[in-house]
Amino acid sequence: MTDWPILSAVTFLPLIGAAFIFLIRGETEGAQQNARYVALWTTVITFLISLLIWVDFNNATADFQFVERHDWLGGAFNYYMGVDGISMLFVILTTFLMPICIIASWDSIQNRVREYMIAFLILETLVIGVFCALDLVLFYVFFEGGLIPMFLIIGVWGGKRRVYASFKFFLYTLAGSVLMLIAIMAMYWQAGTTEIPKLLAHDFPAEMQTWLWIAFFASFAVKMPMWPVHTWLPDAHVEAPTAGSVILAGILLKLGGYGFLRFSIPMFPIASADFAPIVFWMSAIAIVYTSLVALAQEDIKKLIAYSSVAHMGFVTMGIFTGTAQGIEGGIFQMLSHGLVSAALFLCVGVVYDRMHTREIAAYGGLVNNMPIFAFTFMVFTMANVGLPGTSGFVGEFLTLIGTFKVNSWVAFVATSGVILSAGYALWLYRRVVFGELEKPNLKTIKDMNRREMSYLIPLIILTILFGVYPKPILDVMSVSVDKLITDYNQAVLVFDQAKIALKP
Amino acid sequence: MEHASPLVEYLPLLPEIIVLLGALILLLLGVFQEGKGEKLVWGLSMLVMALASFVAIKDWGVNATLFNDSFVINDFTRLLKVMVLVGGIITIYMSISYLTEAGMFKSEYMVLMLFALLGMMMMISANDLIAMYLGLEVQSLALYVMAAFRRDNVRSSESGMKYFVLGALSSGMLLYGCSMVYGFSGSVYFSEIAKTAMGDGTVSVGMIIGLVFILAGLAFKVSAVPFHMWTPDVYEGAPTPVTAFFAVCPKIAAMGILLRIIYEAFPELTTQWNQIIIFISIASMLLGAFGAIGQTNIKRLMAYSSIGNMGFALVGLAAGNREGVEGVLIYLMIYLVMTVGVFACILSMRRNEKMVEEIDDLKGLSQNNLPAAFMLALLMFSLAGIPPLAGFFAKFYVFMAAVKADMFILAVVGVLASVVGAFYYLRIIKIMFFDDAKDAFNEMPSQLKVVLGLSGLFVLFYIVYPNPLIDGARLAAKALLPTV
Repeated sequence: MTDWPILSAVTFLPLIGAAFIFLIRGETEGAQQNARYVALWTTVITFLISLLIWVDFNNATADFQFVERHDWLGGAFNYYMGVDGISMLFVILTTFLMPICIIASWDSIQNRVREYMIAFLILETLVIGVFCALDLVLFYVFFEGGLIPMFLIIGVWGGKRRVYASFKFFLYTLAGSVLMLIAIMAMYWQAGTTEIPKLLAHDFPAEMQTWLWIAFFASFAVKMPMWPVHTWLPDAHVEAPTAGSVILAGILLKLGGYGFLRFSIPMFPIASADFAPIVFWMSAIAIVYTSLVALAQEDIKKLIAYSSVAHMGFVTMGIFTGTAQGIEGGIFQMLSHGLVSAALFLCVGVVYDRMHTREIAAYGGLVNNMPIFAFTFMVFTMANVGLPGTSGFVGEFLTLIGTFKVNSWVAFVATSGVILSAGYALWLYRRVVFGELEKPNLKTIKDMNRREMSYLIPLIILTILFGVYPKPILDVMSVSVDKLITDYNQAVLVFDQAKIALKP
Repeated sequence: MEHASPLVEYLPLLPEIIVLLGALILLLLGVFQEGKGEKLVWGLSMLVMALASFVAIKDWGVNATLFNDSFVINDFTRLLKVMVLVGGIITIYMSISYLTEAGMFKSEYMVLMLFALLGMMMMISANDLIAMYLGLEVQSLALYVMAAFRRDNVRSSESGMKYFVLGALSSGMLLYGCSMVYGFSGSVYFSEIAKTAMGDGTVSVGMIIGLVFILAGLAFKVSAVPFHMWTPDVYEGAPTPVTAFFAVCPKIAAMGILLRIIYEAFPELTTQWNQIIIFISIASMLLGAFGAIGQTNIKRLMAYSSIGNMGFALVGLAAGNREGVEGVLIYLMIYLVMTVGVFACILSMRRNEKMVEEIDDLKGLSQNNLPAAFMLALLMFSLAGIPPLAGFFAKFYVFMAAVKADMFILAVVGVLASVVGAFYYLRIIKIMFFDDAKDAFNEMPSQLKVVLGLSGLFVLFYIVYPNPLIDGARLAAKALLPTV
């Protein structure tokens, strides 16, 4: 264990980078280039430091590690940071994707480069903060704060309907979150603290749990997003710049799943058990319905966005099974989706930068001129489908096993979603990559350049590595997940026994 | 017991004395130096206010009552006085460029503002109904004149007239309420009213009617729904620096006396006043949020925004606990800073040497003046209540108190209203950042730069070191509610 505040360092280093960029003056080409380099170096260094967390991480304990604590807000709430097996991997995922986002925006963002980089670095700080915060109020501050940079990223650098998309994104998420804020306050007055470790051990009365669960659910379901509150996501994805989509799909969607794991299940176990069937069916509907919707899309990004909703359906389904396979599968699915969907959006970005359209119909036969792209896109399409040997398979498979044990009908419906996902993903691949190269403006299209390869190759390696050898990931989380499940089952058991005992 | 000499006895009154003497001297100075001494009066008036607030802060912790219990001084009144004085300093500091340009840079302006502040300070410290009314009228009369200060402008005169007529009406209601309360309790002192309010365990109807009328009169001053009708028109018509002053100081002062009269004169009537406060709080939040959506004039928008903000502050009062009082005070402090910041930006909206007031005039401000756009965006996000900015914490504390009092419906309606409100604050950000640029504004006067910059930095860095404000509010709340 190290003594220096590594979590704060990782969290706030991007902010320092942002301050540096803020000091760069002028709108000249040189100044823009400097801003890009500062952002790149900041994110790379942040990533390297964050790897130290993994190195020093103790897999054998479910306790929070690297804990830091300071007085804040007049003493009632603390600045309290720490990670466990559930949150640590998300921190790494965030720091890993950020440099990729910066490189992906290298050429495609040409106006207001400084502000763009600042927005991304601030976003990184806030997202890492969400995963590290061990105080509910601090969590909420990071959680909500992320809306500001994302709103600006979509609104300033987005596509044609960016204003609509950014407002929808902002107001949907805010409306969900404010209810959680009320719940947080109610928890504070009930338990007398907002420290997450203490709240995890606190027994909330069963009836209160129901209301708190609903309030938290309102927030995380929107963030996740779950059917039927998913409609902001396709709009936001389509209009966001490529890197914005990457962050949105890769990291911000995971905040919802993380919230379920950190709060809903362990803090409100009784309510979670009560509501689990509803969540199952909402997830199953999401998987089938959004897959069908994805089939009908004509815009590549929209198609991937709907497929994201479907994949998040597997996550919620797995998490609420309360089984080891389901929860580990859910976490793994989130991490894998973080890599795969990010990569898919990057692939779309590659062709979009060349053709400036996302219409599926505008493409076709790319394999002729872009063999490397065709290969890359294929790997991620397969991973998205959940082909064995890619990381997408592990998560889906585990969640389905977990669900089958609990509710086989839901598992049955969800499995049909796997087939549908193969349908839309392969069909997309067929329409974009295969076929004759007929469109005249595609004749001169160039294959991926070095810069584009530099960020897609690591993603390919990781996708396949974790598909074949998921052990390092599962090892990190297993102890924490075990504790989560034990506590959850224990609480539900105690409650059920008490109910039986009360019956005449 | 040794009797203290009168001078020592009146020492706690020093801030008020400073403001009063300052106003009188500056009035003379202004009259004798007409046409030359305005700038001097301007500077001295800020000095007077700064001195008064310094003296007030220096006495922190001292409690006193004067004039046979009609006038009370404790940490609560002290904090509110410092707030209105700081609000006065900032708004007078921002006014100069506008006043010079509009040809209304006269020393009367500063003197009137000092008198208004004196009235507010008297009102905040009032410990009986008559003293309260006196303070309120001193304040109001000065404000009516200030609203109509731009005499050659029809809108300004109209707004002064409107404010005067409706203000007189509300004073009438307040007086009627006071007389009812006096009639049924037999005293004008807050502490005596509190003792007799319950009488033999039941509350008399006359007392309730009196309470309702007093609350109506004060609700008018804080522009809470349904007594808000004057706000958009007066805000729009009054000269912009005066609007800035209206948006800050009278609201804070009225909120202060509202808190004091409720907790000191009617603590036993909680069930009665609570219903009223909950209603006007919800109504203000909703009307502020929905009413602002359709506005095109930024001053009108700020009027609705202030109505909504007062609704949020009243949530803390409705909660009826000490956390609520703390919440209201923190809310008012943060509201003060955010509002003056936004008005600094509104005052800088000048194109071809003329003020423009349409929201659309902000189009593309980020391309023409990025620092200003950035600061205004921060203030807007803060007003919308998005963390980590100060505005979030303002709302956080009042809702925290409401949740403690189990007022979940109030809290849920409130936060949902803040989501609706977020829409129009975001619209301003959208106009500045997403839309294409119009012609640039004229160069921003340095005073406005300072105010806008400082308030932007305040909302940004409040999260890092909020303790002084929290501690101040805590001590003040303790002074108001020593036992709860």
